[in-house]
Amino acid sequence: MTPPPGSLLAAEDLRKAYGPTLALDGAAFSIHPGEIVAVMGPSGSGKSTLLHCLAGIVPPDSGSITYAGRELATMSDVERSALRRGDFGFVFQFGQLVPELTCVENVALPLRLNGTSRKEAERAALGWLERLEVDDLGGKRPGEVSGGQGQRVAVARALVTGPRVLFADEPTGALDSLNGERVMELLTEAARSTDAAVVLVTHEARVAAYSDREIVVRDGRSRDMERAV
Amino acid sequence: MKPRDGGLPPGRGRARGWAGDLAMGARFAVTGGREGWVRMTLTAVGVGLGVALLLLTTALPNVFTARHRVEEARYDYSFSGTTRPRADDTVLVAVTDTRWHAKDVRGRLLEPEGSRAPLPPGLGRFPAAGEMAVSPALRELLASDGARLLRERLPYRIVGTIGESGLIGSQELAYYAGAKGLDPDANGGVRVDRLVRFGDPQPTTEKTDPVLLLMVLVVFVVLLMPVAVFIAAAVRFGGERRDRRLAALRLVGSDSGMTRRIAAGEALAGALLGLAVGTVFFLIGRQIAGSVEVLGESVFPGYLDPSPALLALVAVAVPASAVLVTLLAMRGVVVEPLGVVRTVRPARRRLWWRLLLPLAGLALLYPMVGKGRNSGGFNQYLVTCGVLLLLVGVTALLPWIVERVVARLGAGPVSWQLAVRRLQLSSGTAARMVNGIAVAVAGAIALQMLFAGVESQYTESTGRDPGRASMEVSLPERSDAAAVGEAFRRTEGVRVSVVLSTTTAADKRRDADNLVDLTVGDCAALREVARLPSCRDGDVFTLRNPHYDSSYNDSTAAVVRPGRQLYLDPDGSDTPSLQVPWRLPAGLRQVPYREDALQNGANGLLVTRSALPAKALSALHGHVFVRTDESVPDAPEHVRNTAARVDATADVFTWTETEQSTRYTSLRTGLFVGAVCVLVLIGASLLVSQLEQLRERRRLLSSLVAFGTRRRTLGLSVLWQTAVPVLLGLLLSSAVGLTLGTVLLKMTATPVTVDWASVLSLTGAGAAVVLAVTLLSLPPLLRLARPDGLRTE
Amino acid sequence: MSIGHTLLGLLESGPRHGYDLKRAFDEKFGHDRPLHYGQVYSTMSRLLRNGLVEVDGIESGGGPERKRYAITDAGVTDVERWLASPEKPAEYLQSTLYTKVVLALLTHRDAADILDTQRAEHLRSMRILTDRKRRGDLADQLICDHALFHLEADLRWLELTAARLDRLRAEVAR
Repeated sequence: MTPPPGSLLAAEDLRKAYGPTLALDGAAFSIHPGEIVAVMGPSGSGKSTLLHCLAGIVPPDSGSITYAGRELATMSDVERSALRRGDFGFVFQFGQLVPELTCVENVALPLRLNGTSRKEAERAALGWLERLEVDDLGGKRPGEVSGGQGQRVAVARALVTGPRVLFADEPTGALDSLNGERVMELLTEAARSTDAAVVLVTHEARVAAYSDREIVVRDGRSRDMERAV
Repeated sequence: MKPRDGGLPPGRGRARGWAGDLAMGARFAVTGGREGWVRMTLTAVGVGLGVALLLLTTALPNVFTARHRVEEARYDYSFSGTTRPRADDTVLVAVTDTRWHAKDVRGRLLEPEGSRAPLPPGLGRFPAAGEMAVSPALRELLASDGARLLRERLPYRIVGTIGESGLIGSQELAYYAGAKGLDPDANGGVRVDRLVRFGDPQPTTEKTDPVLLLMVLVVFVVLLMPVAVFIAAAVRFGGERRDRRLAALRLVGSDSGMTRRIAAGEALAGALLGLAVGTVFFLIGRQIAGSVEVLGESVFPGYLDPSPALLALVAVAVPASAVLVTLLAMRGVVVEPLGVVRTVRPARRRLWWRLLLPLAGLALLYPMVGKGRNSGGFNQYLVTCGVLLLLVGVTALLPWIVERVVARLGAGPVSWQLAVRRLQLSSGTAARMVNGIAVAVAGAIALQMLFAGVESQYTESTGRDPGRASMEVSLPERSDAAAVGEAFRRTEGVRVSVVLSTTTAADKRRDADNLVDLTVGDCAALREVARLPSCRDGDVFTLRNPHYDSSYNDSTAAVVRPGRQLYLDPDGSDTPSLQVPWRLPAGLRQVPYREDALQNGANGLLVTRSALPAKALSALHGHVFVRTDESVPDAPEHVRNTAARVDATADVFTWTETEQSTRYTSLRTGLFVGAVCVLVLIGASLLVSQLEQLRERRRLLSSLVAFGTRRRTLGLSVLWQTAVPVLLGLLLSSAVGLTLGTVLLKMTATPVTVDWASVLSLTGAGAAVVLAVTLLSLPPLLRLARPDGLRTE
Repeated sequence: MSIGHTLLGLLESGPRHGYDLKRAFDEKFGHDRPLHYGQVYSTMSRLLRNGLVEVDGIESGGGPERKRYAITDAGVTDVERWLASPEKPAEYLQSTLYTKVVLALLTHRDAADILDTQRAEHLRSMRILTDRKRRGDLADQLICDHALFHLEADLRWLELTAARLDRLRAEVAR
């Protein structure tokens, strides 16, 4: 099997075991630039593991992952880290903002890790906070803002580097419907405006409905509904 | 959650409720699952280490007493100016102490002179000539491979072991050897005494020197303070998890008072277990202490017996302070049913009461400035309280300083930003972590200063220059100095050996008015004492030692006339004398004294060997000065062996510039040992809280790594996070330490000098501990910062 | 949905022509199925007959004659009663989907396939609704959410069924 032509990030036949439990058992995935793909499935099905493998956070036991034509397995840890800093963005369910830093410093963090000056990074960060309608929170710390606001800050942080792929793992999992909806709207709008592809892991259909297509993961195996139909 | 029994009187009901809450807390401490046990173990081990150290410290005075008792019992100095006559109940003792590399070996030759001769303590019977009884440590040393030279030096057959009652430490090297023909009247060589019994004939309880007492007090305060700080930190291990549990308790309905008491109960359980663990540690440590030697000192386990009163104090104070610390710590925390709310922005720390503590300490110490050792003692309570307040002042000032400085820290790389922001948010935690180190370093600096300052008073200058000779061997009379010189010259590792003999001459055979000193040697040897323009065998020179007063020199001048009849070794005391007649030659040349003369007190006549009659040679008391080759590592051992071979009672000493009072040395040693123990202990507690923090932040670390943060950045931020408060702590402790040191020196009326080397080495030791802690916490950091942490359960 | 009550409710804010009523209805409630004029007139005449509305005036001129309707007190009471009485919850005990799944299991076909296909279909609808919601006004959002939540409920049932397929297979086979 070869990845479909024109795909930005593709994976074939991924296997990954955590001890005796098989998290991934031959999963496949592909995404085009600017596409939003939902990864669905019941909890424990291996959704998050698939995301971690795709993002180069965890190496799979076997299988191939190609990003922009390069095999992730052949890259060093340093290169993969650099990739995550530059080309990828991340939004998790919770616990991702550094509690000691202010919101604007949190958003500026990935830019600063890439060597941007503090001033410039924080200016860019403020711009993104504005786009996500939370620019008034800039000076506050994550502990002082609501869950929905915090998630918007996290989205701003994920997008501030202009990533080509945004990985979102249950980004609305800890939010109520209204807040979750707003975060999803802002996230997809922002991603579309920057032409970033989004890998959206969720078990909620209403969140998945913001995607262009979905992939279902069950028992470590994936099923691409569009190609299956 | 627990209905109050309405039927009981309120007082009893409350008491019972309190006990119930405490018991419940204790139960939580032991039934908290795996996590609970980990926390409990950490606390117990932490408190246990502290308790063990406390017990050890409280046992120290007893060690001094026990050792002093043995020292007194085996005392073998006769104290009488004249030699008592030989009798049935006398024994001759020669002090043949020697050194083996850096270790002292206590040696005695025993010659019982009758059937009722007294035995020294620890000995069952006298070893016969050629035999010896040894301490266990010496037996072991002699049996070891590297001790060939020592076996040659002590060529006696081992026939027994010295008992514990005759030794001051388990690792003491000591022997008693049998001898024949010891001469209690010999000049030179080692001391030989005739005794009727061992033990101090006048066992006066030595009046304690107030300065020494001051030092002992300060050492104890300085060592115990950090231990207290450490115990306070140890009972709070795992505090964040406990807070969460308390929140759950609030949810099911316990009120805030109950919550507090339950927390106190947990701490109490930890402290009690810690007491037990500490006792076990102490008992183990006591056994280990019996088999180790620290900086040349060792003890018997039996010496480490804390007094019951101090024991009781520890047993009560540790749990009580654990409860107190917990209650105090919970003041800044509101446990709500849905979680723990730290009072978000705590009120800005106020300076005035923090400054008050050290100032009060200074105020207490000030009245005693200048009292010195002459004008009576110091008030012990004032000293203790003053030092205590000054050091507690460090722990009070440090949080304020850390808060102020950290608030001002600005831009920098990401790792710096992460660290600084974290410090700004929780500067109190950071300060608490380094408080122990700060107190220990401040105290140690003050003591170092005190020691260095007082050193001059307890250190005597020997007037010897190690550059001129590295060793000196003093030989008893009537040994052939020339042959001896040859023996040393042939010894391995000896570059130069100079033999200078001394004796006295007078103008009459007995009851002489004027005496003159003679220094005898070959020309090369005499040149080591004076500047000789020329010298030939048979020459005699006169020498005026400028360090002697003129009246003495005048009396000498009265005797030293060319052609005058003199008597060598005149009868001046009750020792038998030779009274060899000798006529001074005609040509007496005056020569200038050499300031760096080998023979320090040389004066009067310098005589080449052949200028004296052969009969006079046995009146000479010889000194061999040896310069060794530093590249031969065992050279001093070879020299000692030669000396022992030449004469078992030859006295060997190594030239050093100064000599220290042994009591002073042991005190200083104690401080070093204690400071090292305390720093290691604090390092351990730093590590534990560091690891705990990292575990708490596991998810965050993982997500930081997920979006590409370099591990280096994380590692550096951990380093900054500890380094900044430690740096501040060390600066403050240096300042306080120097202040305290200055005050203490002023109290002893000693000129104030700062021993920068020791300040640097102590702050360096503190910094080293922090660095070690950071390095040790890096592997777990990198492990925790793995993406697995992102997995949700 | 009761069209009669809805039209009555619209009249509460003031008298309207039949044409206005249809436009207002379509705007607010008729997203998927706009009303026919015939439906409006037949409903209005029924309401007139029952005394719930009255003719407020007739405009003539130009086109066909246009009646203006106004609500009566009885009409207001009727609207009130309708709003206050609860709707009977709809039950779907015999849905087609359930039947399909059981049949697939009985005939040893892959029931998971059916579920996945259905989910894809549901999601397709949900995407369209989500998109419409994004473009529309608040009323659009509310009506789309209503549909979305129902679809989501279906999907939840699908997920649960998928998780229980093994047990279901065993029961059906018995």
